[in-house]
Amino acid sequence: MRAVGALVRKDLLLELRTKETVPAMALFALVAYVLFHFALHRNALDGDLAAGVLWVTILLAAVLGVNRLFVAEREQGGFDGFLLAPVDRTAMLLAKVLALLCFLVLVEVIAVPAFFLLLLGPSAGPAFPELLAILALADVGLAVVGTLAAGLAVQTRARDLIGPLVTLPLLVPVVIAAARSTAPLFSVPAGGAEAKWLAVLGLYDLVFVLLAYAVFDFLLED
Amino acid sequence: MYGKGLRGLSIATAATLVTAFALVFFYAPLDADQGFVQKIFYVHVPMAIVALGGFVFGGICAIAYLRTRDRKWDLRSYVAIHLSLILGLGVLVTGSIWARASWGHWWVWDEPTLVSFLIIFLLYACYQPLRFSIEDPDRQARYAAVFAILAGAFVPLNFLAVRLAQSLTHPRVLGTTGGDMPGSMRLTFLIALAGMVLLFVTLWKYEIAAKQARMRLKALRRRLLEA
Repeated sequence: MRAVGALVRKDLLLELRTKETVPAMALFALVAYVLFHFALHRNALDGDLAAGVLWVTILLAAVLGVNRLFVAEREQGGFDGFLLAPVDRTAMLLAKVLALLCFLVLVEVIAVPAFFLLLLGPSAGPAFPELLAILALADVGLAVVGTLAAGLAVQTRARDLIGPLVTLPLLVPVVIAAARSTAPLFSVPAGGAEAKWLAVLGLYDLVFVLLAYAVFDFLLED
Repeated sequence: MYGKGLRGLSIATAATLVTAFALVFFYAPLDADQGFVQKIFYVHVPMAIVALGGFVFGGICAIAYLRTRDRKWDLRSYVAIHLSLILGLGVLVTGSIWARASWGHWWVWDEPTLVSFLIIFLLYACYQPLRFSIEDPDRQARYAAVFAILAGAFVPLNFLAVRLAQSLTHPRVLGTTGGDMPGSMRLTFLIALAGMVLLFVTLWKYEIAAKQARMRLKALRRRLLEA
């Protein structure tokens, strides 16, 4: 547990000092909104379209973070240092998932209000507790799958390509469930999120947390 | 030494496939509303079942590899996924042709099975780029195994999510193979399925035998050069 704390602290400190990942992710999200505005030729979105734009933006911003996740470990020999330390290897998984989760939450704190300001139709006022629940469940899935994909990609030659290529298809169920559950919140007579989709997100998170726990050690052997 | 029993297996495969095609064209009745084009069903559906089975089998072999660290399991996993990808391409092409003929569009997004299959195909399409961009053979096998396990577990989850996404507009009580197939169609389908499974197993064994022979040859050549 102390190892996890130390690793998370290291990642957050590194991010605080270099300010490389989170600002880039947030900026990317804002640019994506501008692009969507022009590409769709709409001033305000609601319903399915709004949910789709929000989730695709968050997903692509998350992929940027995923690509950077193990860069310091690979370039500065952090993997060797970690493997030499007498701690459980799962600590690395847990720490990276928590760090990515922090990054995602920080990005969403900027990107979601910006979405409301820039693109969401004025009449569509979502129910915040539900939206927060969806964001939390989806973030866990994004963080776990992102960490696994980053761990897989980091040792390959074409890591910048392999990371997103592996991450995006794996995250299709998250996009389906998150966008479907968010769409009624953004509709003009606002509805509630269907419990079915929250259950799908929860199930997805559970399956991938267990899988990650089972296989991550094999990625850190040499 | 390599590929023991391959001759018998190849003959059995060829015989089953020929029987299956003969039954498809001369025995199975024409579908009442789709007509002749429905016959693609006897290729498309067995291919899809075998491809998905191959992906899952690749995942199981990968688990066996991580447990035993025996390279033969890695080879089995790799060849199964590699062949399933080729079959998967066939599934998408035949599915598209069938969709065009019976629904009028090359691609139909409300068909959950087709869409899930595309997502799974796209995911597995990363298997080879991932595998071959890692040089160290041990690490390559290990990373490929981790990917195969993740993707194998993803297959049912993805089917669930995609199917739920469409179930409101297109309720489906029965699977795509349908519980109400007449007996002659079902018999033809089962033989076509058996033929496809045999084809997969034969090709799998051939490729493994070829790869093992090549590795042995390389080792022998190296020994010869050293001597």
